[in-house]
Amino acid sequence: MSDSNGLDAWLNANAALLGITVAPEWRDAVQLHLRITRDMAQCVLDFPLPDDADPAPVFHA
Amino acid sequence: MTELAWTSASAIASSVARGGVTATDVIEQTLARIAHRNNVLNAFTAVTAERARARAVAKPMGPLAGVPFAVKNLIDIAGLATLAGSKINREHPPASADAMLIRRLEAAGAVLVGALNMGEYAYDFTGENSHDGPSRNPHDTTRMTGGSSGGSGGAVAGGLVPIALGSDTNGSIRVPSSFCGIFGLKPTYARLSRAGSFPFVSSLDHLGPFARNTTDLALAYDAMTGPDPDDPICTDRVDEPVGPLLAAGIAGLRIASAAGYFRTGAGPEALAALDSVAAALGVTRQIEIPEAARARAAAYVITTSEGAALHLHRLRTRARDFDPDVRDRLIAGAMVPVAWVVQAQKFRRWYRDAVLRLFEEVDAILAPATPCVAPKIGQKTFVLNGQEVPLRPNIGIYTQPISFIGLPVVAVPVPQPDGMPIAVQIITAPWREDVALRIAYDLEAHGVVRAPQPPE
Repeated sequence: MSDSNGLDAWLNANAALLGITVAPEWRDAVQLHLRITRDMAQCVLDFPLPDDADPAPVFHA
Repeated sequence: MTELAWTSASAIASSVARGGVTATDVIEQTLARIAHRNNVLNAFTAVTAERARARAVAKPMGPLAGVPFAVKNLIDIAGLATLAGSKINREHPPASADAMLIRRLEAAGAVLVGALNMGEYAYDFTGENSHDGPSRNPHDTTRMTGGSSGGSGGAVAGGLVPIALGSDTNGSIRVPSSFCGIFGLKPTYARLSRAGSFPFVSSLDHLGPFARNTTDLALAYDAMTGPDPDDPICTDRVDEPVGPLLAAGIAGLRIASAAGYFRTGAGPEALAALDSVAAALGVTRQIEIPEAARARAAAYVITTSEGAALHLHRLRTRARDFDPDVRDRLIAGAMVPVAWVVQAQKFRRWYRDAVLRLFEEVDAILAPATPCVAPKIGQKTFVLNGQEVPLRPNIGIYTQPISFIGLPVVAVPVPQPDGMPIAVQIITAPWREDVALRIAYDLEAHGVVRAPQPPE
């Protein structure tokens, strides 16, 4: 199987690391969501933030 | 029976209070109505008939006296396992106590009649569920209710109960409000106690009410506010009730319509609804919510990874017991590098500061709730910006950037001539639910927004 986008390697390595069994018939859907998430993350990573930016893991309005 | 089905909560409570009808009459008619319609709508997963009858006999008093309500099945009901839409949680022991919000509604006189269908573990925008079957849209039963509080949307829109509770992590109150054509309130993050509810993403989870009019929405909300030491994030802040403020009018309020991102990709119904609401309010100002697309992306990354962390042990041991559409997303979420999540959380603070600055210039912002009307049940993709995209990850494009920073929103339904309803979001500054509800009330008073009664 070709892996031009690295999705196979990403899935295989993490499935082994996390102890999750990904059935063959689930792989396409999981890879679709990996690709979507990677694109979303890239959008976030493209935004320059200073080194002292504080995360907001619990939001306070 | 039909008449009661479409009676408002406030009218039911008034009638019960003055002896025009008994709570027992109301509950019996409600139970009969549920028995009659739920086989079509599939909104309820449990009906707590005996409990409701016992409570009605006790002659409940208060602003919601005798008003039937139901809750999304991720909210604890004493004696029932809290399913959160899943198969796996059916094996959990029954909840030992009601969630705080149920206790507060019942303290105000309301009567719980059951638990409502939802997308598994709240990770969907469809109202579909492979274990319980999809909840069905009362306006067209071949269409989605929207999720994840799909049963809540269907139960209220279909005239089964006047008030329901749901949860909203990325849009799960506002999307069903839009698809089902009802009013929904996602309060400020940390406003309402989440104690006794099954979580999804702690820093994004909100609970809130649905109703068929603004007055009922405010009645339910006012009954549920207040500190709760059992929810570590629930605010200690106590604001005055919003009910008495509803009719204060909108004079002096600075309202803008969201431009840019919030108009890109919106279908004709969404834009028509937004523009009709803006026109009715005399809104001419358009405002750009900065970096909304990136905010949505960041919310997405945090949600999928934190949701996956919550369910990791179940994904490792019981992946085949999940709804497949939810499982595949959660597995991908478990594989997200942590650096991406940390960066999304850092962006979150930047974005919050930027958006809060907008509220120095305006009091409310209008935006679409969904890009389209309710899709067909089973539909996997839809067209957004001229491209066919997966449906589940993209229905929340207009709701996610708002809940990401916990802003309060009232979703108001705009009936479409000869078509499915769709909602508009009224977004305000933190803790200003009163402003959003006043605007909703004004729009309703002028006939611009309303919950249409579906055909049967």
